[in-house]
Amino acid sequence: MFFQKDIETMSRKQLEELQLERLKWTVDYCYKNVPFYTKKLDEAGVTADKIKSLDDIRYIPPTTKADLRDNYPFGLFAKPMKEIVRLHASSGTTGKPTVVGYTKHDLDLWSDCMARLCTAAGATSDDIVQISFGYGMFTGALGLHYGLEKIGATVIPNSSGNTEKALMYMRDFGTTVLVATPSYALYMCETAKSLEYPMSDYKLRLGLLGSEGCTPEMRTQIENGWGLFATDNYGMSELIGPGVSGECQERCGLHFNEDYFLPEIVDPETLEARDEGEYGELLVTTLTKEGIPLLRYRTRDITKLNYEPCKCGRTHARMEKVQGRSDDMLKIRGVNIFPSQIESVLIGMDQVSPHYQLVVRREGFADTLEVQVELVDSSLLDSYGKIQELQKNIAKRIQTVLGIQCKISIVEHGTIERFVGKAKRVVDLRKENK
Amino acid sequence: MTPVKQISVFVENKHGKLSSIARHLADNGVSIRALCMADTTDFGIFRLIVSDYEAAEKALKAAGVTCSVTEVLVVEIEDTPGAFADAMSLLADNSISLEYVYAFLTPEVGKAYIIIRVEDNAAAAKVLSDGGIKIVSQDEIKANA
Ligand SMILES: [Zn+2]
Repeated sequence: MFFQKDIETMSRKQLEELQLERLKWTVDYCYKNVPFYTKKLDEAGVTADKIKSLDDIRYIPPTTKADLRDNYPFGLFAKPMKEIVRLHASSGTTGKPTVVGYTKHDLDLWSDCMARLCTAAGATSDDIVQISFGYGMFTGALGLHYGLEKIGATVIPNSSGNTEKALMYMRDFGTTVLVATPSYALYMCETAKSLEYPMSDYKLRLGLLGSEGCTPEMRTQIENGWGLFATDNYGMSELIGPGVSGECQERCGLHFNEDYFLPEIVDPETLEARDEGEYGELLVTTLTKEGIPLLRYRTRDITKLNYEPCKCGRTHARMEKVQGRSDDMLKIRGVNIFPSQIESVLIGMDQVSPHYQLVVRREGFADTLEVQVELVDSSLLDSYGKIQELQKNIAKRIQTVLGIQCKISIVEHGTIERFVGKAKRVVDLRKENK
Repeated sequence: MTPVKQISVFVENKHGKLSSIARHLADNGVSIRALCMADTTDFGIFRLIVSDYEAAEKALKAAGVTCSVTEVLVVEIEDTPGAFADAMSLLADNSISLEYVYAFLTPEVGKAYIIIRVEDNAAAAKVLSDGGIKIVSQDEIKANA
């Protein structure tokens, strides 16, 4: 099923011509309407005329999250507030949030993007969809909300929070599609199983997961727990919100909405283009956005792109699941580590829950990594030996994957915080120790 | 051979954890007959013999505590020097190795109970009763409450 078949299946040649034309427009639009870009492009000596092919994008300097923060709140807006119809903000862990503004045109393209991805995932006008992302300033909930309404699905704007009530709506309204973060989808499933209602009271058939990474193992756990088919989607508020890319039912990569967003994969240190199929940092240039156009935005996400046409018929490039954020990347004793790697080890084990926390410390001159996991297999309580065996086993598997030693702490089930939004798995105490 | 049910509870070494477990049991009318707590530097396993293990398990699970029920052997010996040594010798002589053991005095003067965790309860029970040692049943534990 397609929402806009002509665009989603257009030939690569046509698509690239469209991208080039829109890239030129965006460079010119940024230059004329955003003083930040006027200065930046002047310094780099780039004008729209200099862009003769898509490869010429390399002359354009990248934009970072810090640029958005430094221009808080409206410094990067290309339109006067009169034409801005919506604001969203993403919470910053330090200092000011990042504020994004949308024109009517932007909201329209956003809901088109979402409608395409939801249709590709299998949602239809027959579905009853419960949105369990938090509403408010976060882009996730409203992004899915408008896209799903556009395809004619019935939307329940349940938001996140009262899980038991959300489960009651699910049972009583016959919800067929769940929109949630993977960790919340899992938490809802744990809660559902602890209630007196049988799982057959739930009619979920599709999960549209997003806003945080999801390993294949975690997805399997969500699918088995709920008896649904889950797809992943990707985006970020700086670019538009969710809707940048998403999986079709083939689930072999996330189709990029390439007519609206131009992706590049570069070396995170040198920013030089990586060969097709190589991992690197994803940079995205918006192609038609009016509120906040962005040139070569550094997503900090590590992934790769596949330009082969998909079995589903779509020609838009497929992005692999994000392997890690270069922000989240931990350097421990010189080794680059992504929390997702540890997650994939834990999710393959029945004795512990998939919730975990990493604590990094500096002891003497060496960094240490502690992985806290929750014990769920109570049969191990029979002897210390069994629990110690489990600790050793986890440590060994992590060492195989990461190449470093770590300490495994077993904690009680339910004591690691469940996250509704982006999960914060890492506590880095190295800075505090000086 | 009638093994007795023992509750094992996982406890992180956190302040106040044991008192909260004991409180959950008390609030549900469960009395503790015997207990043993050993720990490593990170965590401990709290083992309990209680008046009503089903009520105890239900109360703990409802409180979200990770616990399990295992079968252990409880035997009665005289509260005299050498009685414990004799019982242990019987097991050792028959190559039955112990995972852990703990003991408590009974309300009945002059007797003591030993709680024994072995691989094969039936084999250990046979060795001990053949050696003239009385095996205590679940009902007797309950009756003593
Ligand atoms: Zn596809």
